[in-house]
Amino acid sequence: MISALIIVFREVIEAGLIVGIVLAATTGVPGRARAVTIGVVAGILGACLVAGFAGELANLFQGSGQEFFNATILLLAVAMLTWHNVWMASHGREMARELKAAGHQVRTGERTLAALSIVVGVAVLREGSEVVLFLYGIAAQGGTSATGMVAGGGLGLVGGAAVSALMYFGLLKVPAGKLFQVTSGLITLLAAGMAAQAVIFLQNGGLLEFFTDTVWDTSWLIRDDSITGKLLHTLIGYSQAPNGAQLLAYGATVLMILVLMRLVNAPAAGARHA
Amino acid sequence: MKRLVLAFTLIVVPIVAPAFADAPIEVHLKNHKFSPSVIKVKANKPSMIILYNDDEGADEFDSSSLKIERVVPGRAKANIRVRALAPGKYPFMGEFHAATAQGVVIAE
Repeated sequence: MISALIIVFREVIEAGLIVGIVLAATTGVPGRARAVTIGVVAGILGACLVAGFAGELANLFQGSGQEFFNATILLLAVAMLTWHNVWMASHGREMARELKAAGHQVRTGERTLAALSIVVGVAVLREGSEVVLFLYGIAAQGGTSATGMVAGGGLGLVGGAAVSALMYFGLLKVPAGKLFQVTSGLITLLAAGMAAQAVIFLQNGGLLEFFTDTVWDTSWLIRDDSITGKLLHTLIGYSQAPNGAQLLAYGATVLMILVLMRLVNAPAAGARHA
Repeated sequence: MKRLVLAFTLIVVPIVAPAFADAPIEVHLKNHKFSPSVIKVKANKPSMIILYNDDEGADEFDSSSLKIERVVPGRAKANIRVRALAPGKYPFMGEFHAATAQGVVIAE
């Protein structure tokens, strides 16, 4: 029961933190509850599908199907997070322009919601498929321990959801004027961490073969498999012993997002000076 | 943005198939235990582990030091690439049954 609790708790936290950040980042955007709900539901359905076809998926691409699948959906999430941040950066400028075209604003709002809905869906799908496989294994074994395991899984779900809620309400404590700066920063690091993780999957799939040497090792400080390590991994992409390609992907993603945000924002800043 | 991702993928993803120095190492997972649970590989050379999950349920081959997380469904096998390792010990586990499913890769 304890093992079920821990595994489900850990997976739910990883997806839940992302949901919490997305909810905070979309404060005030109409229809966000629906977008997040769609993301979660689609993610759960997708997780069941992926779990059901895990064997077939793994056998693709000379046995590296799972790695390529994970890398692809992570990079998709990186693209969507980038898109959201860039949209938020140009938001102020567009608002003024679109005051003339009433109704258009809502449509752009829906576009970034769709991007974030995909991010939520991907997060739930990744973590959820492991939970589904784990719980299915328990169910298949049957016996008296199954009830305890289901209870443990349920508690893990509630606990993970509680931590995610803490994340969300904690972010809401940030003063309204600073909230979007904070969530943009969090989303940038989230995306960079996902890009670095995608690199690991590509390396494990045999697609990336350079800069594989470990650059530094902080496992003496925070281990990847500790709860702190897992939390930091999800939030900022912490890795106890990152290799060169991982760091490159991380840095390139942060740089790309910052430059794109600056580019769409530049005309507005110039207008303010004029 | 998408173009950037595409460019990133094209530039950073040259396909190089690694040559495996030795034959793949076969490992079985049965009753949530690895056998062999101690796997020796040559240091500084990539290797391949073929993991047969002989149990009914899935498990996840998980090792933070090897940087590998690989779900293996029940009654299935998985080809697991291990990068070239510096000499040392790299513990791994079956995350779904960590109480019994423990092992270590030794690079020497």
